[in-house]
Amino acid sequence: MTAVIEVEHLTKQYKGTLAVDDISFRIEENTIYGFLGRNGAGKTTTMSILTAQNFATAGSVRVFGEAPYENRRVLSRMCFVREGQKYPDDFTPAHALKAASLFFPHWDEEYAAALIEDFRLPLKTRISKLSRGQLSAVGVIIGLASRAEVTFFDEPYLGLDAVARSLFYERLMEDYAEHPRTILLSSHLIDEIADLIERVIVIDEGKLLVDRTADELRGEAVTLTGDADQVERFIGDREVLHRERLGNVAAVTLLGSLGQAEAAEAAAAGLERSPVPLQQLVVRLSRQNESRRSGAGQNGTPRSRAPRTAGAGESS
Amino acid sequence: MFDSGRPLFQQIAEAIEDSIVDGSLGEEEKAPSTNELAAFHRINPATAAKGVASLTDRGILYKRRGIGMFVAAGARERLLAERRESFAQAYIAPMLAEARRLRLGPADVARLVRDFETTGTGRDSGAATHQQEDAS
Repeated sequence: MTAVIEVEHLTKQYKGTLAVDDISFRIEENTIYGFLGRNGAGKTTTMSILTAQNFATAGSVRVFGEAPYENRRVLSRMCFVREGQKYPDDFTPAHALKAASLFFPHWDEEYAAALIEDFRLPLKTRISKLSRGQLSAVGVIIGLASRAEVTFFDEPYLGLDAVARSLFYERLMEDYAEHPRTILLSSHLIDEIADLIERVIVIDEGKLLVDRTADELRGEAVTLTGDADQVERFIGDREVLHRERLGNVAAVTLLGSLGQAEAAEAAAAGLERSPVPLQQLVVRLSRQNESRRSGAGQNGTPRSRAPRTAGAGESS
Repeated sequence: MFDSGRPLFQQIAEAIEDSIVDGSLGEEEKAPSTNELAAFHRINPATAAKGVASLTDRGILYKRRGIGMFVAAGARERLLAERRESFAQAYIAPMLAEARRLRLGPADVARLVRDFETTGTGRDSGAATHQQEDAS
């Protein structure tokens, strides 16, 4: 695989706060990434540095092998659709789309026109007068029609209703299949995008928590449900991500997959195995990370201990 | 359409198998392309490709260079045989497990199946069983 973006030891400090804390990762070409994490985790800061809209405090970023700052050659190959994008006061969607068509070399005018119709975007209304959903549609249309080699969608769905979001996912998959490129989708609606993404990057409190394929990640955990005593006996000293109990029934999410012998053992104990949806997995890994950190402060273990899920992705 | 219980590529493969089994996708006919599957199901094309590849590996589909994937001759018969073989494990085992919880023996289940086939509903027979139990 070829990396289109290489990030090494990227750090961003705003007065006293570490927004991005020494993260390293690669973005491979022609792949759809889920770029996930809680609010304030450092996702938007990272994406704005990658697109040269913000400066790194330390570390290096290379896009298509070059530094992106004031580098038109690199910037015209990237499109950053950000939540709350600001436009000049008197701009209409027609102006914004015209500007995009001039900037992006692979811009497809015909496709843009079809998308305008799909999303029912009024072209002549001032952008400041658009609804939240129409404003998001402007970004989505630019992101799709630009056909940039790397496209970032930073929470592109705000104000879009379920029908419009579904339309966005459908158009994205159709167009990606015809014109493969690299897409980073940052979203809190993980369930909605789970089937679209091939790799998952999770950032938590400025650090890289997960960098794996979605399939690997799904195999990372399993939920066992059954008689509470049997469940407790089975888990032994395995790493538990989550525990729930209802009367005598317990449901426990374990980190790691079960081997054949273990699976047979679980079945013999009457335990039902079920996979963990991506959304739950991301939530639980983030929470586990949080409790690890607060725990680390008390017993003095180094705060920087790498979570095991982040390590595996580096070898690929 | 998809449950989160099994790998998505496997469900894609099964959806294609289903249409071969029910005859809507005939032998030597062109199977939907990876891109068509991706757009239709709103899934990553790589996932769709993996589903299709699992069918070519098993010889259910074959590739005609530059044209696409086609259903192999004899694919339907093979799928039918495979599914008949796994039918008991896939359908009868869970049904009997639920029957045990409801205190229904294999003979009760067999009767319910026969009644269902003739009346299109298992309800009458169920009511009859309960009446018998009440009377005894």
